[in-house]
Amino acid sequence: MATQIYMDFEKPVIELEQKIQELLALSGDNVDLKNEVAKLEKKAEEMRRDIFANLTRWQTAQIARHINRPFTMDYINLIFTEFVELHGDRNFGDDHAIVGGLARLDNEPVMVIGHQKGRDTKEKVYRNFGMPNPEGYRKALRLMEMAERFRLPIITFVDTPGAFPGIGAEERGQAEAIARNLREMSRLTVPIIVVITGEGGSGGALAIAVGDRILMLQYSVYAVISPEGCAAILWSDGTKGEQAAEALKPTAQDIKALEVIDEIVPEPTGGAHRDHKAMAVNLHKAISRNLKELRKLPAEELIEARYQKFRKMSRFVE
Amino acid sequence: MAWFKREKAPLGQGEEKKVKVPEGLWSKCPSCGETIYCKDLEKNLNVCPKCGHHSRISARKRLAVLLDEGSFVEHDADIVSVDFLEFKDSKSYQDRIDVALAKGGSKDAVICGAGTIEGTPVQMAVFDFSFMGGSMGSVVGEKITRAIERGLEQRTPVIVVSASGGARMQESILSLMQMAKTSAALAKLKEMGLPFVSILTDPTTGGVTASFAMLGDINMAEPKALIGFAGPRVIEQTIRQKLPEGFQRAEYLLDHGMVDVIIDRREMRQTLSSILKMLYRPAA
Repeated sequence: MATQIYMDFEKPVIELEQKIQELLALSGDNVDLKNEVAKLEKKAEEMRRDIFANLTRWQTAQIARHINRPFTMDYINLIFTEFVELHGDRNFGDDHAIVGGLARLDNEPVMVIGHQKGRDTKEKVYRNFGMPNPEGYRKALRLMEMAERFRLPIITFVDTPGAFPGIGAEERGQAEAIARNLREMSRLTVPIIVVITGEGGSGGALAIAVGDRILMLQYSVYAVISPEGCAAILWSDGTKGEQAAEALKPTAQDIKALEVIDEIVPEPTGGAHRDHKAMAVNLHKAISRNLKELRKLPAEELIEARYQKFRKMSRFVE
Repeated sequence: MAWFKREKAPLGQGEEKKVKVPEGLWSKCPSCGETIYCKDLEKNLNVCPKCGHHSRISARKRLAVLLDEGSFVEHDADIVSVDFLEFKDSKSYQDRIDVALAKGGSKDAVICGAGTIEGTPVQMAVFDFSFMGGSMGSVVGEKITRAIERGLEQRTPVIVVSASGGARMQESILSLMQMAKTSAALAKLKEMGLPFVSILTDPTTGGVTASFAMLGDINMAEPKALIGFAGPRVIEQTIRQKLPEGFQRAEYLLDHGMVDVIIDRREMRQTLSSILKMLYRPAA
């Protein structure tokens, strides 16, 4: 990552870090200055820890969408080996907003599927900003059904603002594609591990997020609608995203409290975007551990437990 | 351009007030403008006798139209929503629930129960659009799931009549999960070989379309019903283009292979009955 992009709330730390860099350049052999630098570095680390311990939900949403945050292909490269990407839904086309394919995890073959965003403008457009069309969801389902036939566990990475709202998407059945995935994923006879890595945006996220274990990265978000979308509807003002983010309670802690996810995967200090490798190590451990547990379950137990898991997700009085 | 401004209201504008029509006696068709005697419209199931425009009907009325008289037994009528997130925009979710409940109608956006259609036993779920826009939160998801599970237990077909703006934002992640929950129940129904008929009425959008509403063995729509995933406004804002004529209307979906058939409300009971009799064989 050549260019670092900073978020508003990181500013004080960033300024301090710049000062440290300047001092370092000046210090040469000056022992006093070096001591000063060491002190400042400690202070910066404390500040960073402080800021990240007290993030608002809106700030968390910004980290979840950080342009340097690891995307699905980054995790595939860092966690898996022998990845062979498989394209197309055998029906209409190949959606670049969802990638998938065969790979090895800890030497065992698995199916990996995930939303894919782009980093520079050209790639963002190519990936349609991580917003799939129906053929993306149909490709995902094709690969998941293949995984079932060959008894391969499925690992999905969720990172999308939502399913693409376009004319073609509606014409080709965006709703049907999502709905079918929800139904079929609930009955697949192989273990499914879902990781919300960045933005878990609505039905477009859920369409590859029905599984036996659902993990969320520490600074990822998951909600029924984006804060901006919610603000546009309920506040009639798309700029009220900050209030909407607070109301939607989309952070990993919020979602864990409602028992929708199983586990929060810790991120390196300052967020996954500051250290892809450290993030991948944490995530690799969490996936391997969960998969080991799931492999022990017979298929029938697995799908009934999956059914009961989602069956329980609700709050009401009777 | 006018050279001067008229200070008083133009003549004739006050006339509407003079011809006072007793409220609720006559109604104007929103499509063809025909003035219709309300009682006639009601008898015609809120379908304009002149142009066939389908206006919304209440969930209770829908049940009465589709089911055999006196066959309906309501289930889970008393499940009520709670504001577990303490969600607040201009109003708190709890206030919105209270206002909706104060209307004295349904206690949430769907009415569920068992009944028969020309003798065929069915589990029914009918959306009540007047309750928070028919939005799906925990209660709606739970009631529909229970209806499907009752279908599984009693080996009967399941029918859902949708009219919904989609997932209920005020329940955030849990409203989203209702999509997975209901669809998973339908997976079991499918494995068991029991029919699921989804009836899509105006409007059916968002998370309801993207879950059970599109999963019918038969997807049946009412004429001109708005059916889609994303709302037309959202699409227009995203792609910054005008939407094609008739976009997201039932006929458009039929053309694009997303619904099986469009049925006039006045013939729906008959069609439903014959479809069910062809698909469903009760256990001996």
